[in-house]
Amino acid sequence: MAIFLNENSRIIVQGMTGSEGMKHTRRMLLGGSNIVGGVNPRKAGETVDVEGKQLPVFGTVADAMKETGANVTVIFVPPAFAKAAMIEAIDAEIELAVAITEGIPIHDSAEAWAYNVNKGQKTRLIGPNCPGIISPGKSNAGITPSDITGPGPIGLVSKSGTLTYQMMFELRDIGMSTAIGIGGDPVIGTTHIDALAAFQADPETKAIVLIGEIGGDSEEKAAAYIKANVTKPVVAYVAGFTAPEGKTMGHAGAIVSGSAGTAQAKKEAFEAAGVKVGKTPSETAALMREVIKSL
Amino acid sequence: MDLFEYQARDMFEAYGVPVLQGITADTPEEVEAAAAKIGGVVVVKAQVKAGGRGKAGGVKVAKTPEEAKELSKNIFGLDIKGHIVKRVMVAQGASIEKEFYFSVLLDRSNRTFLSLCSVEGGMEIEQLAEERPEALAKVPVDATKGIDLATALSIAKQGGFDDETAAKVAPVFVKLYEVFVEEDATLVEVNPLILSAAGDVIALDGKVSLDDNAEFRHEREAMERDELDPLEAKAKAMDLNYVKLDGEVGIIGNGAGLVMSTLDVVAYAGEKHGKVRPANFLDIGGGASAEVMAAGLDVILNDPQVKSVFVNVFGGITACDAVANGIVGALKTLGDKATKPLVVRLDGNNVLEGRKILADAAHPLVTVVETMDEAADKAAEFANR
Repeated sequence: MAIFLNENSRIIVQGMTGSEGMKHTRRMLLGGSNIVGGVNPRKAGETVDVEGKQLPVFGTVADAMKETGANVTVIFVPPAFAKAAMIEAIDAEIELAVAITEGIPIHDSAEAWAYNVNKGQKTRLIGPNCPGIISPGKSNAGITPSDITGPGPIGLVSKSGTLTYQMMFELRDIGMSTAIGIGGDPVIGTTHIDALAAFQADPETKAIVLIGEIGGDSEEKAAAYIKANVTKPVVAYVAGFTAPEGKTMGHAGAIVSGSAGTAQAKKEAFEAAGVKVGKTPSETAALMREVIKSL
Repeated sequence: MDLFEYQARDMFEAYGVPVLQGITADTPEEVEAAAAKIGGVVVVKAQVKAGGRGKAGGVKVAKTPEEAKELSKNIFGLDIKGHIVKRVMVAQGASIEKEFYFSVLLDRSNRTFLSLCSVEGGMEIEQLAEERPEALAKVPVDATKGIDLATALSIAKQGGFDDETAAKVAPVFVKLYEVFVEEDATLVEVNPLILSAAGDVIALDGKVSLDDNAEFRHEREAMERDELDPLEAKAKAMDLNYVKLDGEVGIIGNGAGLVMSTLDVVAYAGEKHGKVRPANFLDIGGGASAEVMAAGLDVILNDPQVKSVFVNVFGGITACDAVANGIVGALKTLGDKATKPLVVRLDGNNVLEGRKILADAAHPLVTVVETMDEAADKAAEFANR
């Protein structure tokens, strides 16, 4: 099972022929993902050899879908072109679009998201500014290393890329159904709640790790959602207790504004919803270990 | 980036939003000249990015240029919530008939734009939202459609404006939304928007925040910015993602989430070691190279408050051997200038090669620790010696 991405996923890469796109297309292929082509209007009709696999380049997402049956796109185009790339994917009504690009203007992300909402959300957007999604042993759409952990019963949803890797590493002996990095920007497609709902419905996922960070209210909303809707055990981790007010901590969305968006408030919201919160990533992993033992 | 009031005023003017005359001044003499140029009653306003300027004595009304000059002497140098006043704006005085409120901003929670509007302006918006929530209209704005005149009229009506006044303010709302979009703002707020005795709508005070991610499509090099801490300025020049804090343990890591987490873990560890705290946030990024590591170490070792350094890297895309080479290379370059102990924790991609490079170099200042929590403890212990 896994969520959003599985062994049947057929992946194209928007921006495949750029340096980042090519590097990660290679990594995804070596990790076992079924990459079926790329998109670059200026190189349409060409074929690129990646690790011995001949990947066709198409002019548009729609063409690529028609020719290859692709149902997932991973977006690596630079910030200035990312809005157009997201809107193109939404227009083509591809099932899943994963936007890796960091540094996209907020107005562009907000507009792309509004566009998707107006079109009835036929496309699930993950990101932007995220590591993507991996269902270990099945498929990997993004920049997460494929070999940190194998398949298993834990679902992971995180705002942060490296904390995703860290948590996968901590729990590598147990394994994961799907690990999804939703991104650290103020406006993102898939939220903590979307992932929680999908993990709750996924028979392969037995327990969930949620990683949040300062800024916004996604964690508070997730806590309320868990209390009302999630019966599987959830443990959480929140980063940024020591972040000063008014300073952006790396991620564009990681900022405490006045008294809003603090790590303490998020932790309290989780605890009020009966979700255990680890003080450190290791302690969080230890909490999950206990959960898995008790299942 | 938050703008100074005068920058917001100038931006409004460029988009045809009605504003009063305003001239910046950096000395009492310049204040006098500006007041004389404007003529009549003026308001001298401290240019700091902090609320409560009036209460702090940073806003004064003057009837003559001489009075403006004298009053400004007490404003320059004033400390308003930690901001020292170095510049004022001399603004034309206004006779206020009514005060309104209007803003448009990014509503992160609902992933949309939001317009806030009220016929009752003048007080802090948080106060209005709390005391008279029914008087504050909150109208979502579709980012693909924006605010046209019809939408603006509807927003004004929802904010409690009568037909006649709504017709006057709506075109101003349209222009303010233009500022919001064209300038890639995350907030455009006017408080108060006034109706003058002469019946004109004027944006009397404005707040604008701009999206840093959009800088590439704007010309903002010449804009006055907040003075950076010298170490922050140095880090910025090297394109490092660095925030200065006030603790003793220097931090370098890769990925914003992991670095935030590292600061927290160090603060916890510090509770047992003389309450030492993290000295900074420094994210060398997902694909960090040896050069970036060296630049980061250079900034942190130059922080006199730093007593120890914790390098915490999980190699996802970054290879740990590259990080290790960066550390060894940076220490070589720094030579005798490197005097602070470094605790290094590497995991992930090429971790064994990375640890071997550090073991072979056997630098006396470097301690390699296997886990993040133990490494944080070690770094805190060193900082407390």
